[in-house]
Formats: sequence, structure tokens, C-alpha cells
Amino acid sequence: MLAAGETTSVELTRAHLDRIAEVDGAVHAFLHVDAEGALAQAAAADERRAAGTPASVLDGIPIAVKDVLATQGLPTTCGSKILEGWVPPYDATVVARLKQAGLPILGKTNMDEFAMGSSTEHSAYGPTHNPWDLDRIPGGSGGGSAAAVAAFEAPLAIGTDTGGSIRQPGAVTGTVGVKPTYGGVSRYGLVALANSLDQAGPVTRTVLDSALLHEVIGGHDPLDSTSIDQPLPSLVEAARQGATGDLTGVRIGVVKELGGEGYQAGVLSRFQESVDLMVKAGAEVVEVSCPSFVHALATYYLILPAEASSNLAKFDAMRYGLRVLPEGIENPSAEEVMRASRDAGFGDEVKRRIILGTYALSSGYYDAYYGQAQKVRTLISRDFAAAFEKADVLVSPTAPTTAFKLGEKLDDPIAMYLNDLATIPANLAGVPGISVPSGLADEDGLPAGVQILAPALADDRLYRVGAALEAALLQQWGGRLLDRAPDLDKLDRRSGVAR
Amino acid sequence: MTADILVPFDEVLERFDPALGLEVHVELNTSSKMFCGCPTGFGAEPNTQVCPTCLGLPGAMPVVNGKAVESAIRIGLALNCEIAEWCRFARKNYFYPDMPKNFQTSQYDEPIAFDGWMDVEVDGETFRVEVERAHMEEDTGKSLHVGGATGRIHGAEYSLVDYNRAGIPLIEIVTKPIVGAGEKAPEIAKAYVAQLRDLIVALGVSDARMDQGSIRADVNLSLSPKGSGVLGTRTETKNVNSLRSVERAVRHEMSRHAGVLDDGRKILQETRHWHEDTGITTSGREKSDAEDYRYFPEPDLVPVAPSREWVEELRGTLPENPTQKRARLQAEWGFSDLEMRDTVGAGALGLVEETIAAGASPQAARKWWLSDMARRANEAGLELTALAVTPVDVARVQALVDEGKINDKLARQVFDGLLAGEGTPDEVVEARGLAIVSDDSALGAAVDNAIAANPDVADKIRDGKVAAAGALIGAVMKEMRGQADAGRVRELILEKLA
Amino acid sequence: MPDITRDEVAHLANLARIDLDDAELDHLAPQLSVILESVASISGVAGDDVPPTSHALPMTNVFREDVVRPCLTAEQALSGAPAQEQQRFAVPRILGDEQ
Repeated sequence: MLAAGETTSVELTRAHLDRIAEVDGAVHAFLHVDAEGALAQAAAADERRAAGTPASVLDGIPIAVKDVLATQGLPTTCGSKILEGWVPPYDATVVARLKQAGLPILGKTNMDEFAMGSSTEHSAYGPTHNPWDLDRIPGGSGGGSAAAVAAFEAPLAIGTDTGGSIRQPGAVTGTVGVKPTYGGVSRYGLVALANSLDQAGPVTRTVLDSALLHEVIGGHDPLDSTSIDQPLPSLVEAARQGATGDLTGVRIGVVKELGGEGYQAGVLSRFQESVDLMVKAGAEVVEVSCPSFVHALATYYLILPAEASSNLAKFDAMRYGLRVLPEGIENPSAEEVMRASRDAGFGDEVKRRIILGTYALSSGYYDAYYGQAQKVRTLISRDFAAAFEKADVLVSPTAPTTAFKLGEKLDDPIAMYLNDLATIPANLAGVPGISVPSGLADEDGLPAGVQILAPALADDRLYRVGAALEAALLQQWGGRLLDRAPDLDKLDRRSGVAR
Repeated sequence: MTADILVPFDEVLERFDPALGLEVHVELNTSSKMFCGCPTGFGAEPNTQVCPTCLGLPGAMPVVNGKAVESAIRIGLALNCEIAEWCRFARKNYFYPDMPKNFQTSQYDEPIAFDGWMDVEVDGETFRVEVERAHMEEDTGKSLHVGGATGRIHGAEYSLVDYNRAGIPLIEIVTKPIVGAGEKAPEIAKAYVAQLRDLIVALGVSDARMDQGSIRADVNLSLSPKGSGVLGTRTETKNVNSLRSVERAVRHEMSRHAGVLDDGRKILQETRHWHEDTGITTSGREKSDAEDYRYFPEPDLVPVAPSREWVEELRGTLPENPTQKRARLQAEWGFSDLEMRDTVGAGALGLVEETIAAGASPQAARKWWLSDMARRANEAGLELTALAVTPVDVARVQALVDEGKINDKLARQVFDGLLAGEGTPDEVVEARGLAIVSDDSALGAAVDNAIAANPDVADKIRDGKVAAAGALIGAVMKEMRGQADAGRVRELILEKLA
Repeated sequence: MPDITRDEVAHLANLARIDLDDAELDHLAPQLSVILESVASISGVAGDDVPPTSHALPMTNVFREDVVRPCLTAEQALSGAPAQEQQRFAVPRILGDEQ
């Protein structure tokens, strides 16, 4: 639309800012909105287009960024009180690339504190509400980005995925989310949760949008030693090719261990339908077994807390962040101030994982816990390798259930962790994955998603197969899934402009 | 706190065997830091040489400085180590305000270099010190402690931290326990550090100045009952800031350990702090398992796997080893074994070398550094290298003596002036009016005065007792305030009394 | 079955420099025990012959040239500081010794 001159970036941006003002009181997807900055960036984009020199294909299209990425001049809280008001003096590489490509940044989106969670309920600033049903969670940890896109508050968003934090919210909000191959997108400026698992990626309404965004943010970054030093495959081309609906010759592997018990019936029905559609498009289905996947959750919940406990040590009230003085101590020491600040600044889930991680790394326990987990990781990678011999992509439901109600799983950490069953293995092996909306579950009319996984470096396969499935479903539905979401204007319970 | 009981050194050796360990940290002279592109220059305004990475800002990431890896490998090779085919960085987790991330990116069970050795010469004997490992890590920030009596950490009200130094590359070199040193333990410790420092300087990877902190030594010591073969509990002593301190600290700890053990008590495994002024160690942190470092491989970095080709290429860049170098220099300079040993032992090898390069003769260079300069350094409690007199200065002073402009005695006054910061040798001679008077008429007048004042002596000389001229020379020198050439004075005396 | 005691949690909280009060300690210990129980299921899964994976994609020798790059200004560096003095970060008195 922008290219055709049918509208301007300023108008587009303003429209989204208006939408945010209208509905974000109820949705609470945003922690910070930068209206002035976004409009200025939009104006610059319009000038470029008028001069015939757009910075990129996406020049002028506004975007929301998960609050775990450093944005120079804009607050970056990671959903935590310990970083309340912290304004980074630098941009994450992903953010720098968005700016270079001309995308105005609308603001920062809500998330579980330090990306620890599957529901965004662990945000220190209050939960985000699922636009499909405001009493329900939008998924996590990137619930804010997914909800913003689902509620039409932003056309595009950036999320991060450590164990499913892009894909699972995508599934429960009816949006598309992609976790690139590990190392495919720079982590410089991405506040680390689990360094060996984290990846930033696109959150959008269509597969093509994700491909376009992925090409903007992806690629080697000399500031990130773990970033892949190879050019990205052609993702947009793969998405366009897939959209023609032809999957002849593609072998789809259904993973035995990612389905069945623990998965909601309606989610499984939609999944099965999607598989059938892929077959209709010419694909061949094979069943594959990845026996080590049953250990994925345990492995993840040892590796992540261990790395996180070390990553979060820097929040000690000495150089930035919350500083709280301990009560009843005159002239407290640095140690005492550190302890008090960390106790006040970190939420329960974060403390749980820091303690767990400290335990897993402590002398005497390292071999049994962290050391063992790193070995099981090898087994999981081997299972993927074996499966990818038989299939070009693997598929599963993205999450076991549709969106549950706010508060439902808060007191049961393990129940919460189970949301990531299907998504975690990909992070452990570093392979890329996409979640594509598969429809609404019969029981509750809430969105479910299909997860497609590809071998490392073969992100293009996600887009080809994802686009084909999306096209087939669109035809079946006779229109967009998101158009069936309730009208937020009518459900507005908490009016007011988002922060 | 009661004072420690110190058993006299000789007694210690009668009943105990010392075991020594040295941990030396070397700050590399790379242009940029270990994991980021910040500059490493000394003396910049606080917090002007920092970036998100070395400041530990959320989201920042490290990237390894290739030159630091190269220096680490060269140090390892020079210490006859094996170079790892594959190794990783690891996080050492602990909290301290001068550590921006509250973990140090270091190496744990996979050091880049290991199982090496260095031959150390003490009193003409060679002692092989085995090197367990050399690994890469990063330096911390620096704190100023405000409000305490001494500016030190104890009793301070608060501290001010500058992170310019955080992230500067460090190589940590750790010896295996050094046993069998016996009474030579203190000297071997000192010689090891001195020679290691020379090696580092020869490699060109660091300034290695103890007084500037670009090389730091921690001394570990334990005692075991003579002949038992069982290592005792060790203490680690920090704040050992000079070669002299290394030797003194070892000596002191040996005496202190013996005192504790004799008293039937146990040695506390702890970190101690050396005080050069009082010559004792005081108790610091208890080095117990209270601090579990929870090491794990650094997930933001990938392994370092130096190819064997690269290692061999670097081996070709090593300078001649210290033993070869010393033999060559000794031959070039014509020093006796004793003279060479004394020069090395005084830590003056480099200084003598530079002085000769600046034009002085080997013997002159040795003479000045080992006698006059060594004495001055000792009195000021400084290392030779820290004296405000340079090899170029020494060479110039000797040249002035050789030219006859001054003599040895006057030269010492020139050195006084140099140390007082009065300028170059020539400037000092000028300003203080130290030049030898070569004007014969002035000299002649003084000679006449001396002859007149000592008629008996003058008579003796007239009679042929030339040796008696000495007394007159003395008188003339006194009148000339030393600023005369004794030889010329003698000539004049004899001429006049011929 | 690994059981984590309240004392162990207190020790770990100490290592992690978090001041947990009694209520938090009481609350956390049983939760952690449950989590530990479920993760302990991986012990013995991988034999000694299985190498650990620390990185999903095998890469080695990623280095940068030893060149200076632009830094932050002191103002930027200190911008988040809870307290500063003389262009340095002001921190409360430090117990324990120089490193």
C-alpha cells in the first residue's frame, strides 16, 4: 500500500497509535509507546519514498519491539522492576537494522520478566490480555508482541524465543511467529536469558510478512560471536513460492512424541486437518520418532536457569537499575544493598530460576545436573538429525492447549512449564521453527497453531511449507482468522491510553 | 590482635620443607581490550574507555581479541608449554563491585597453554620451575576508597569505581607446587618473577612493570614437616608489588607458618595481604569454599582451536630464550660469571643492556647500576626500573666522565640532581656548576695555595718524595670542591715543585 | 530423590546475593524440590560416551582484529548510575578485600 502511494507512513503510524490508544488499556500489550519518535521516523520514511529512495521494502511500516531488546533512548525494562526506567545508551543490532531499514518503532511490548514464562503473567508491570478473550493469557514470554499484532495495534513485531516464547504466543493468539536457526539473527543487545538458546525473530499476521522481516533483521553480526557467518537463504522467495500451494516432493515428518497425551483435543483436530491439507498440496507424510524429546523439558529447565543465574548477576544496583537500601541497617555495605535490591527487583519466577540455576552449577552438582543436561542435548540433536534424514520438515501442534485463563496456572510452575513441551526441543538443537495459525479449537473457539521445524540453516523450508499451509487454510476459512476475533472496541473494559 | 610468632629462618629450615607456588598476572599491551574494541591506554579520564560490553550492560556480548590469543600462545611457547588444540572460555561467577558482569570471563579446566617450565638461575645454580598453565582472562575495574584513614578498603565509607581497566586482557601464569627449594625458596621465588618478567618483555607482549601493575605476583606458601612429603596447608599472599617484596614475603610467611605450627595450631587456608613498610602479612579473606565459582563454559563465545600451523608460525617469532641470551651477552660484554650473575640477580640485565646501547662500556654500565643505583634504589625502597634515572642518563653521565668534564665523585652529585628532577645530566652539571675546572690558571692558583699552606710537604716533594703529592692533591681538591681532575692537579704540583 | 532443604535454599540465595525473607524461603523450598524432582529424571539418560553440547552449531576461532572502536562517552556510561561522583560510579562501602 505504501509503495503504491495509497497511504503514507505517517498516516499508517498514526492509525496504529490511535488503535493503541483505543484498545491497549484493555490489552496491555505495550509497556512504552513512543508516539513522537515513531511519527518522526515515519515522516522521514515518507520523504525517502517521495524521493524514490526507500531504505527497504518495509520502509515506513511501523513495528513494535519486545522490551528485552535494547533501544537507545527508549526505556528497556525486560518486564522487570529491577530495570524500571533504565534507558540504554545503545541499540541492539536487530533494532539498528530495523532503523536502517526505515521501520518506525511504535514502542516496547510487555513480556514475562526476563523472558521467564509462558503467559506474560510474570511481568512486573501487569499481564497482557489475549485479544481473543481478555480474561485469557496471550502466551509468553512474548505475549505483548503477539497481542499487539493480533489486536491490530502493530502490523509487525519483534519477539524473542528461548523455549517457545515467539511460537507459543503465536499459536494462542492466531498470529505467525518464527524462531530462526540459532545464530541466524544477532543477539547483540538482546538481554540474555539462556545464551545458548535465545533467538530474536518476527511476529506477524502472515507468513510473507515474517519472511520480509526476517530478511531485514537476519544475517551475520561481528558483534555476536555466535552469529552465523553465511548469507541467509532466500526466505521471501521461499514464502512466495510456497504461497502457490504446491508441496509436491516435500516430506512432512509428524513427531510421535509431540502430540497425544497432554494435548487438547481441539488442538489436535486442527493439527490433523493441517497435515491433511499439506498432503492435499502434494506432500508426503512420514511418522518419525524422537525418543529423547521426553527429556527435553528437564534438560531445558536445567540449562536455562543455570545460564540465566549467571546472566542476571549483573543486576546488582551498582551501575544501573533499581537500588534499594536494606531496612534497619545504618550505612549498609555494597553487599547488603545488592541483596536488598535484588530481592526487591526480581519477581518470584526469576528468583526460583536463579536459585535453581545456582544449584545446578554448584560444585558437587554440576556433573549431575548442568553437565548431564548438556549431554542430553546432544541426544536431542541426534534425534533431529535422524528425523531430518527421513523428512524435510517436522510438524507438531505448537502448544498443547489453547489460551488458558489468567491466574489458572500461576501457582503451579510445572503446569506452566508444560506449555513449552513442543517448542523446547528446537531451541536445544538450534533448529528453526515457525508457528502458523491452524484454526480455532472446537471446545472453546480459541486459536491453535501448527509448528513446522526445519534443519539448521534451512529456514527457507519453514516459509515455503508455512506459506503453502496458510494459503490452503485461508481458502478453507474463506477469510482471515483474525477477522473472527472479537471486536475490542466493544469489549473495552479498561479504557485509557497505554503507557 | 596479637603479633605473629616468627621462627627464625634457619630454624624453619631445620624442621620444615617449604613448598612454593606463584601466580603471576600479566596485562597484555594490546591496543584494544580482550572482548571489545575499547582502548587500553593508561591514565585516561575515568569511564571514558568503556562500552556496553566491558561495562556489562544488559544485552552486550564479548568478541575475542585475536591478538590476545596470539600473545597467550607465544607466552605459552616461551614457557615450553603445550598449546591446547581446542579450548574454551569459562565464566568464573562471583560478586564484586569492580566486576561489571559479576562474573569474570576466564578459562577453567581448558587453559590455552599447560605443562611447561622455566629454568631459573639462583647463585649460579639452575632450578627448574614447572608451569602448570597459562590462560586468558579479563581485568577488573579499579576502585577508589573514600573516607577511610589510609585510602584503603578497610574503614572506607564508600567507593568510587572506574571501569576503564575492566576487560583489559590478562594472562595468568600458574606454577606447579615448587618443592625442594629449601633455603633458596625466597630467592627462587624472586628470580622466577624477575626472569619471567624479562621473558615477557622480550616477547614484546607487555610492559610488565610491577610498580604499574602490568605484572602482578601472588605468592603461595606452605610448610611440611621435614621429609614427610605431605604438602601442608597453604596461604596466598597478595599485594606483593616488587621483586624485593616477593623474596621478603616468602621469607616472612615461612617464619610465620613455622610459628603457628610450632604452637600446635593449624594454618588457616586464607588470603593474606603483604605490607612492604612493616614487612608482615595480615589476614584477608578466608579462602574457603564460601565462594563456589560455579564455572561453566562461556556460552557467548565459541571454542578457540589454534591450528598447529599457526602455533608453529608463532614459535618462529619467539626471541632467543633467556639462557641463550645471557650467554651471548656475557660473551659480548666480557663479564665474568660472577659479574653476570650479580647483574641478573639485581634485576639489572635490561638496564645494563640499554645503557650499553646508549653508548656506555659494559663495565661502566655494570658499575653504575650495581653499585650507586642499586644503593639508591634500596634506600628509597624502589625497584631499579622505578628510579628516575634512565639508561640513557647513565650513559651520558659516563660519557661526561670519559670526556673529562666531570669525575666519578661529581658524577654522583649529578645523579642526585637527576633523581631530584633537575633535568638532563648536562643541565644538572650546568645548573649546579659541577664541571671540572680545566682552566690551568685557576688550578694553578689553588695549587699555589696548597703549596703555601703545606711547606713541609712541598719540601718533601722537592726532595723527590713524589708520593707525598697526595696530601697536596687532597687540599687542592678540597678548595676546588672536587671540580678538578686529580691527574692534572698532580701534574701541576710536580711542575711547580720540580 | 533430591530434596532441597530450606537451609540449602538460604545458602544458594546467599551465593546469588538475594535477600530472601523467611516467608520466601518457606515458599520456595518445596517448589524447588518439586522442580528438582522432575529434572532429576535426566540423570543416567546420557552415558559417558555422549559428548556435551555447549553450542548448537559447531563454530571455532571467531576473533576480532586488535583495533580500537568508538566507546561510550562518560555521560552515557554513567547515565544509569544510581549514584556517581567524580565521573565514577559511587558504590556503598565494600566489605571483603581487594581482588
